[in-house]
Amino acid sequence: MTIQSHNMTHTTTPGDFQSTDINHARVPEEVIRIESLVTHYGHRKILDDINLTIHRGEIMVIMGGSGSGKTTLLQHLLGLIRPTAGSIHILGKDITSISALEMHDLRSDMGVAFQGGALFSSMTVGENVQLPLREHTRLDNNTINIMTRLKLELVNLSGFENLMPSELSGGMIKRVALARAVIMDPKLLFFDEPSAGLDPVVSAELDELILRLKQAMNMTIVVVTHELESAFKIADRITVLDNGRILMTGTVDEIRNSDSERIQNLLNRRPRNEPINADEYMQRLTGQ
Amino acid sequence: MSSMMDRQGNFGFRRLIESVGRRTINGIEELGYIFSLFVASLYWLAMGKWRKQPVRAATTFKEIMLIGIAAIPIITVLCFAVGVMLAIQSIATLKTFGAESKVVIGIALSVTREFSPLIVSILIAGRSGSAITARIGTMHESQEIDALRVIGIHPVRYLVTPVLLAMLVAVPCLTILGDFMGLFGGAVFTSMELGMNLTTYAARSLDVLTVDDIRQGLVKSVMFAIIIAMIGVSNGFMVRGGAEGVGRSTTRSVVLSISFIVLADMIFTYLLNR
Repeated sequence: MTIQSHNMTHTTTPGDFQSTDINHARVPEEVIRIESLVTHYGHRKILDDINLTIHRGEIMVIMGGSGSGKTTLLQHLLGLIRPTAGSIHILGKDITSISALEMHDLRSDMGVAFQGGALFSSMTVGENVQLPLREHTRLDNNTINIMTRLKLELVNLSGFENLMPSELSGGMIKRVALARAVIMDPKLLFFDEPSAGLDPVVSAELDELILRLKQAMNMTIVVVTHELESAFKIADRITVLDNGRILMTGTVDEIRNSDSERIQNLLNRRPRNEPINADEYMQRLTGQ
Repeated sequence: MSSMMDRQGNFGFRRLIESVGRRTINGIEELGYIFSLFVASLYWLAMGKWRKQPVRAATTFKEIMLIGIAAIPIITVLCFAVGVMLAIQSIATLKTFGAESKVVIGIALSVTREFSPLIVSILIAGRSGSAITARIGTMHESQEIDALRVIGIHPVRYLVTPVLLAMLVAVPCLTILGDFMGLFGGAVFTSMELGMNLTTYAARSLDVLTVDDIRQGLVKSVMFAIIIAMIGVSNGFMVRGGAEGVGRSTTRSVVLSISFIVLADMIFTYLLNR
């Protein structure tokens, strides 16, 4: 089991693996390191002292119930919001303090597939997929079109490049979003709720696709989900969030065998039985 | 009893003052936001190339097509109709003084200085300003703006600057078209009513009009273009609350744009005619 706080003292070097000075054991390279992350929305604390390290080439699933803070954590990793305190190192750069220009360069190493796909509704499937290429590279039209077809082929959607997003099913939208996320061959892929709103068969296909992508492109993949089956199928490691704190980080077996009551509640879909204070309940009802 | 009523009266007055204060602060905040968006879009226009994010000419032309070219038929018809209406009213009024022939002066000056920029801008605010708000608002709600950010595309550079540029090109061009069509509408009715042929009408109009009259209309149209673009995009970015929020912001965008256009028109007309 991985202990929640990772006090890594070594420095990262390029390559898949690196050595520590202490025992010369080969440890995986850190791609993401989150240290003491705290976030507030107004006065409400959303994330509290999050420490997490994600290694190169692994699939890390961030799991938790509704309101656990997993979406906020993902938004931090994408650099969309700034934390109250703490740091987030992605590929060796602290994204909470780097310049906008450095962040722009870093984004070409990151791909993101949003929960609802977030495809641009005014563009065709092909235009959606190739947008990052057009913005970040000076490739000619032919090369861009070939690369677009290649990635659409990868997600089993070749021949769909001229359709509009409104003409696609939910599963197809997610696959197009995935093709757009990997068009730049990023080192890091984020996938928000891949199974949400999909039937079990399409959901399983998407899981297979994520595993295939990891194998084919040796990507580090961070998946945010609350779907247990999907998480257990694709994860190398799982981090369980609850009320803005990390309950546990470990392999699938470690999570399954955890003796934490909250984790077992989540795994076995048991409702929380929080005691109700009668006075507070009355105050809430009367609005006083 | 009376002290209780006094207390209720004081409480109501305090709530009124609070409400006015809150609305004033929100209004100032919004003006600040609109101004910061305007400055940011100029920044991306000037510095985009050095920030590896140039403003794409193709995107700007696409916006010009949507805002400008597609609006040509409706601008043509409406400005022609306004010209006809002005001619009808002017001839009817001037007839009481036996000065119908002076109708050319009234139409020429009022169309170029006032009606053409005003009608064109109100039409573009209703047609394109609302569409811009709805588009950006929907993009915001469906995480498309977040998607732009994570792809490494600054939303102001991609969504605001092209709209601002397109407005700055399209609205003055449409105003010139509006000038022509307004004058033409006036000429058609005048020729039918007073028997003045179109060549004479055109020659008299050109005698009356100066470059300053056309410039006055164009200066106004540039200001109106900025108002429509910035109110349209800022309301789009401020959309909250799904489809209902998009609808609310779209309506708000049109009402605010038209209100600001009319107020700005009044101020500019006063300043430019002193």
